Amino acid sequence: MIIGQIKDGIVLDHITAGKSMDIYNVLKLGKLDCSVAMIQNATSVKMGKKDIIKIGTLLDINLDVLGYIDPGITVNIIRDGKVAKRHHLWLPERVVGVIKCRNPRCITSTEVNAVHEFRLADKEKKLYRCIYCEHKAERK
Amino acid sequence: MRNLMNITDLSLEEIDELIATAEDIIANPKKYENACDHKLLAALFFEPSTRTRLSFEAAMQRLGGRVIGFSEAGSSSTAKGESLSDTVQTVGCYADIIVMRHPKEGAPVVAARRAGVPIINAGDGAHNHPTQTLTDLLTIWRSKHTFEGLTIGLCGDLKFGRTVHSLVAAMARYSGIKFVFIAPEELKFPRYIIEEELDTRGIEYKEVTSMEEAMPELDVLYMTRVQKERFFNEADYIRLKDTYILTPDKLEPAKKDMIVMHPLPRVNEISVAVDDDPRAAYFPQAKNGMFIRMALIMKMLEVTV
Repeated sequence: MIIGQIKDGIVLDHITAGKSMDIYNVLKLGKLDCSVAMIQNATSVKMGKKDIIKIGTLLDINLDVLGYIDPGITVNIIRDGKVAKRHHLWLPERVVGVIKCRNPRCITSTEVNAVHEFRLADKEKKLYRCIYCEHKAERK
Repeated sequence: MRNLMNITDLSLEEIDELIATAEDIIANPKKYENACDHKLLAALFFEPSTRTRLSFEAAMQRLGGRVIGFSEAGSSSTAKGESLSDTVQTVGCYADIIVMRHPKEGAPVVAARRAGVPIINAGDGAHNHPTQTLTDLLTIWRSKHTFEGLTIGLCGDLKFGRTVHSLVAAMARYSGIKFVFIAPEELKFPRYIIEEELDTRGIEYKEVTSMEEAMPELDVLYMTRVQKERFFNEADYIRLKDTYILTPDKLEPAKKDMIVMHPLPRVNEISVAVDDDPRAAYFPQAKNGMFIRMALIMKMLEVTV
């Protein structure tokens, strides 16, 4: 399968196979009017299978959010058809306003203006806890 | 400005300092009677409480300060739909310090972001209750004069009881501690706290269902009430509520210097016949709650005598 090179834009590489749709939704890529290509189950020497997303414009991406969803992603910033910058992601210490606490007893269930916020509690287990009630973040 | 959300917000040195102040207050109450002159404490109790609210009020008044507040959400603007954030921001304009109890977990964190004055968590749902833990620590200290090398039995509802979760988190920071969790299968101590607080530090613990089996090795027996309000099914509550009842007979094999603690209120889990046993520490524990809260209020308001 051939997908054209982009001149100025972003390539999200090394996405864990099957996670590209989550990223597409979280980054609201469906609302962009540029070209967006999503490749699923591409062959990867390192990972066996991987997903890739190519975005035909330069936009601000919240790297913390991406890091939370899939810390193995490589973010390539493309300018004039070349990789101008490459970010290797990490598990962020805080994830703000992205995931919601599912604990019905948490104050965020009634305090409508409270921003949902999670902190990295266990790096090895990729475990996040709500900063209010300390419940685990539920990953898909 | 400091807030107290969780017992682990305090370092071991700060806990030592609070205990030292509480001991001095007990020894020299007159010295502290004007410590909080012209200071105002707001007690915001969004759910009912007897001991915690009254002990905070007594603590502030014994320090010469004054108290405003409400004792149920129905008598505050919450009943009109006001957010917690707006309520505390308003109260923060009037008071020097806020003590709050709220049924929702994490409510004090929301409050602390907007209040502009120190916030003390006086219980947030089944989550944290740090001043109860300070009370427990002072009680253990006054009896044992150490926090190290103790074997602590926790008995009853270990699943929902916030006081036992906080006490374990607090005591797990001292060396040589061993925990014995005594609970029926349905009310066992949460696995995630064991993994995070005990396994990671290599702290010894065991889980048993028999109180009698555990009794001889304990230095502290911490009894808890099976809380009706935590059950969805009344039949389960009735089946479990009398699983453990401490009687003078059951205390027979216990060490002579073991202490029996309970955060109160009790229902049936400690027979009144145990009250006169010198090992019964639960009413002195309630009194200690007032002294340690006096020490805490002074620390949070940064007042000295």
